[in-house]
Amino acid sequence: MPEETNAQLESDESVPPAEPKAAHLPLDKAIETQADLSAEISSIGEAYRRALKDGAQPETQPRLDYPPYRSSILRHPTKSLHHTDPETIELYSPAFGHQDVHALESDLTIQHNGEPQGERIIVAGRVLDGDGRPVAGQLVEIWQANASGRYIHKRDQHPAPIDPNFTGIGRCITGPDGSYRFTTIKPGAYPWKNHLNAWRPAHIHFSLFGTEFTQRIITQMYFPGDQLFPLDPIYQTIVDQDARDRLVASYDHSLTEPEWALGYNWDIVLTGAKRTWTENEAYGDAGDDDNE
Amino acid sequence: MSNSTKLVPTPGQTVGPFYGYALPFEKDNELLAPGSPGSIRLQGTVYDGAGQAIPDAILEIWQPDADGNVVQRTGSLVRDGYTFTGWGRGAVGNSGVYTFTTVNPGPTKPVPGKAAAAPFISVAIFARGLTNRLFTRIYLPDNEEALANDPLLSSLDPERRKTLIARRDADGGLTFDIRLQGEGETVFLDFQ
Repeated sequence: MPEETNAQLESDESVPPAEPKAAHLPLDKAIETQADLSAEISSIGEAYRRALKDGAQPETQPRLDYPPYRSSILRHPTKSLHHTDPETIELYSPAFGHQDVHALESDLTIQHNGEPQGERIIVAGRVLDGDGRPVAGQLVEIWQANASGRYIHKRDQHPAPIDPNFTGIGRCITGPDGSYRFTTIKPGAYPWKNHLNAWRPAHIHFSLFGTEFTQRIITQMYFPGDQLFPLDPIYQTIVDQDARDRLVASYDHSLTEPEWALGYNWDIVLTGAKRTWTENEAYGDAGDDDNE
Repeated sequence: MSNSTKLVPTPGQTVGPFYGYALPFEKDNELLAPGSPGSIRLQGTVYDGAGQAIPDAILEIWQPDADGNVVQRTGSLVRDGYTFTGWGRGAVGNSGVYTFTTVNPGPTKPVPGKAAAAPFISVAIFARGLTNRLFTRIYLPDNEEALANDPLLSSLDPERRKTLIARRDADGGLTFDIRLQGEGETVFLDFQ
C-alpha cells in the first residue's frame, strides 16, 4: 500500500480533535448553519431551473464557481475555460497494465489479517466513452471512508473508530468490455467543517482514465436514497438533477452474492473520444504488455 | 466520428482532502530517476485567488519522450527505473510546491491540416475546493518560432499567453506556477 507522502496542513474540512461530540460547541454567531447553506443551495437551484425553462442548455458537470462549497471560493477560475482542440499527446492516454496493478487490489476486504467491520458490498459496472465504446485495459482507482465514516488519512480527526482491517483504497484494470468490479465495505457518512452540522453523504471516490488524456476524471459515487443529498454542497455543485443522478449507483440484486455481499451497479461515461480509432484499439488490447 | 447517439458524460467531483493515502505512490513524480542523463526538474507552486500557495493539490503530467514520441508503455505505478512511460503524478507539499523529474518533451508530429505545435506537457490539476479537474499545458520556452506558430498560444492575448509558458531555470529545469484564480490566472482548457 502506498505510504502517505503528502502530510497536509490542517484543512478546513477536517474535524478538530476536540470533544467527542459537537453538541456543546459554542453557538458562535459567525458559524453558518445548515439552514443558511440550504437557503443558498435552493436559491441557486431555483435560478437554474428558471434558466432551463427559458431554454438554457442543461448543465452536465459541476460548477467550478459554487459558493456554498466554501473551499471553492478562492479556488475556481474566474475566466471561462479556453476552448481548444486536443493535439498530439492529449489524444492519447497513459498505458496501464497488470504489471501496474495486482488482481487482489480490487478487494478492499482482504488487505489485512481480519475482516473489516461493516456491510460488505460489491460495486461493479463499466467504463464507456461518449460513443458507448468500452474503455478497456485502463486504470480505475478508488478510496473511501470505513463503515464508521472515518478515513485512514491522518488529517481526518472525526472521532469515529479506525478499523484496523480496513484501509479503504483499491485499484483495478478494466476488462475488454470496460468492466470493473470492487469488493469493499459500505462507507459511512462523515462530518466536515463547511458549516455547522455539515455531513457528507456516503460516497466512494473514483479516479478514471479514458483512451485520451482529455477524458481524465475524478469523481464520487453515491448510494441510492441518501437523505443527505439535498444538504450537501459538494453533491449540489452539480445543479442539474439528471446530472447529479448519474453519480448515484443502483442497487442490483443480480450482483448480490448469496450469504456474502450486496451488489451495486454504477456505469461511468467519459467524454467523447476525438482520435480516429484503429480497429485494434476498438477491441481494447492497447495498454497492456505481454511481458508479465 | 460515428453518428451514433452520444452518451452524456458522468460529472466530475472534487478530489477532496483525503486523497493523500490513496493516490500518491512510490516514485510517482519520477518519470526518470533523478540525475539520470537528460533528466530535468519540473517544479512550480499552485496558488489560490488570494495569492496563497495551496497545500492540498495533486497534479498529473502526461508528455511525449525527448524525441517527440507518444509512449504507450505500462509500468507507471511500479517504476523499474528505466522505462519512461510519459506519465507522472505529484502532490504538492505543505508549501504548495510540486516537483517532477522528467525530460524535455520533443516536438510531436503535427495533426494533419494543422500547424506544428510547440512542445508541451499536458497537465491535469486536482485540489480540495476545486469541484472538477482542470487541464492546462506547460509549453517549453526555448523555440520562439514554434511558440509563435502554435494554434492555441496564438489565439490568446499576450498576458494570458504567457501563463502557459514555463521558465527555464539556470540548472536546465523548468518552473511553471499555476494560479487557479485572480491576477495572472492560468489559462485552463476545454476540449469538448
